[in-house]
Amino acid sequence: MDAFKTFTGIVAPLDRSNVDTDAIIPKQFLKSIKRTGFGPNLFDEWRYLDRGEPGMDCSDRPLNTDFVLNDARYQGAQVLLARDNFGCGSSREHAPWALEDYGFRVIIAPSFADIFFNNCFKNGLLPIVLSNEIMDNLFQQATGEQALELAIDLETQTIGLPNGESIGFEVGEFRKHCLLNGLDDIGLTLQHVDAIKSYEAARQQSAPWLFTQ
Amino acid sequence: MKTLYDKLWEAHVVRTEADGTSLLYIDRHLVHEVTSPQAFEGLRLAGRKPWRTGANLATHDHNVPTQDREKGITDPVARLQVETLDKNCQEFGITEFEMDDIRQGIVHVVSPEEGATLPGMTLVCGDSHTATHGALGALAFGIGTSEVEHVLATQCLIQKKSKSMLINVEGKLGQGVDAKDLVLAIIGEIGTAGGTGYAIEFAGEAIRNLSVEGRMTVCNMTIEAGARVGLVAVDDTTIEYVKGRPYAPEGEIWGRAVDAWQDLHSDEGAYFDQVITIDATQIQPQMTWGTSPEMVVPVTGTVPDPAQESDPVKADGMRRALEYMGLEAGTPCSEIRPDVVFIGSCTNSRIEDLRDAAAVAKGRKVADSIKQALVVPGSGLVKKQAEEEGLDKIFIEAGFEWRDPGCSMCLAMNADRLESGERCASTSNRNFEGRQGTGGRTHLVGPAMAAAAAVTGHFVDVRSL
Repeated sequence: MDAFKTFTGIVAPLDRSNVDTDAIIPKQFLKSIKRTGFGPNLFDEWRYLDRGEPGMDCSDRPLNTDFVLNDARYQGAQVLLARDNFGCGSSREHAPWALEDYGFRVIIAPSFADIFFNNCFKNGLLPIVLSNEIMDNLFQQATGEQALELAIDLETQTIGLPNGESIGFEVGEFRKHCLLNGLDDIGLTLQHVDAIKSYEAARQQSAPWLFTQ
Repeated sequence: MKTLYDKLWEAHVVRTEADGTSLLYIDRHLVHEVTSPQAFEGLRLAGRKPWRTGANLATHDHNVPTQDREKGITDPVARLQVETLDKNCQEFGITEFEMDDIRQGIVHVVSPEEGATLPGMTLVCGDSHTATHGALGALAFGIGTSEVEHVLATQCLIQKKSKSMLINVEGKLGQGVDAKDLVLAIIGEIGTAGGTGYAIEFAGEAIRNLSVEGRMTVCNMTIEAGARVGLVAVDDTTIEYVKGRPYAPEGEIWGRAVDAWQDLHSDEGAYFDQVITIDATQIQPQMTWGTSPEMVVPVTGTVPDPAQESDPVKADGMRRALEYMGLEAGTPCSEIRPDVVFIGSCTNSRIEDLRDAAAVAKGRKVADSIKQALVVPGSGLVKKQAEEEGLDKIFIEAGFEWRDPGCSMCLAMNADRLESGERCASTSNRNFEGRQGTGGRTHLVGPAMAAAAAVTGHFVDVRSL
């Protein structure tokens, strides 16, 4: 995983609540055995007018011009705004893979579904929770004639607005550390091999039925 | 005084960081073809091996065809994914129930059926409906593919403890009201994000009276209320269910296990961050009308009106849902007519579900207006048992199709899918846009209600038949 660096990026406003992972990446694309290449099919059913199937050349497909990602203002967006409960539904990690592959690096919403939230951090994607009041304000700014650009700084946990104001956000210490350093969770856990082995040995004595196969 | 969740959590902590992040030991890992190939690939690229091969159990479910299996999988992309799981399991020595094995089926049906889900376990799977296994007093939750790789490599996961919620369902469910109606009513009450950040324990008389199958239906849909974990305390019903299953302990070890399982309940007076009380006697058969499981009403009711909703974001979501579903506010539920009926999925494909549906279908015929009515058992063993009980004949005589086990039309990764605009009475768990096929319209119901919709051609209160 690449380290998360400070950046300034265009904001795409997706003004919907309960955006589920079936919407983020429909199931027909889950048949892939790869981790990459999901970006062209991000929000496939909202983004295109025809039915998407794996292997299609998306550059030829008819676009739904009403959909926010097809708006000229938001091309190259790296920050996505959404409403409550973003990423609900299935545990498919293909959802953060698709968002990341498209070019998003930050998702800002008033709340996220737990599994999706967790999956983001494993893929260098930063989910930020802000209050509904701040979200309303950001949505308003992002839907003006000019696209809004935000400066995201994970180190200081701040979002810089064009007028010089800044908004603070919370992030778990461990997750921040992993994102900033691009750390691999498995590598970290394997530093504790002895602890795992001794837990396992004790458990085999106290609950042998968990180790019968 | 501890909650059941506290007890399960504490028994599995290997170590804890200063900020509360813990390394949690995982006893059982279930694997299917969709969320595992990238994890196995990651393992190979890093030169790693599964930590404890025997902790893993794999089967095909999402992509498999439910008919004409002798022809194999015709979709080459799906076939590659299934074959990739076979190869990975062979390479790493993981037990797998392949398509021609009678034990093959939906992971969340197969594992409890085999006794591979035991009380007091931690159990994970790259699938959000893993909460199902909490019905047996196991700490079970869905994970992403990176975590699948993490469990394979380390037998552990890095986790933070959730808050705890108790949902106390007091009183008895009425005649003709089932576990699906109960969980849909709960989701309607607390909302699709009401459980986000929580582990939910379901308790109370109505939960105690449910079979393990019914409890699985409730815990299965915990994720539809936003919670990764759903739990039911262990009691005699649980122990009776587990006893004698292939992976369950035997002899002296069985006795020790049962003794240990006696403690798998929340202590009297244990603290929960939130407590919700539901009156079971007031619950009517439910159906969803919209595109989120919280958009649910009693079947005796009408489609709600966004104009009556004070929250503008919610009202907007309702309007969008009505448009997608092709429904008008105020329409009586009984006037809504499905084109397709689907009985199956990890929520409702166990033997009891099929018995409930068959009891309604018996001696009746699927209405002419129904284009297709599918019954998809959750596993090969459920299918066999249903056939021994003659349920297959009841369904076939009524005009249902009797299929082979898999996830099927719940998420339509195989050939079983809705066409755009088609409306489905479905016993599955998600009514999201496009879930059962691009443009498809899903109404979630219990198995008896789905069968009732099939034989009458419209949604109907099953108690009135």
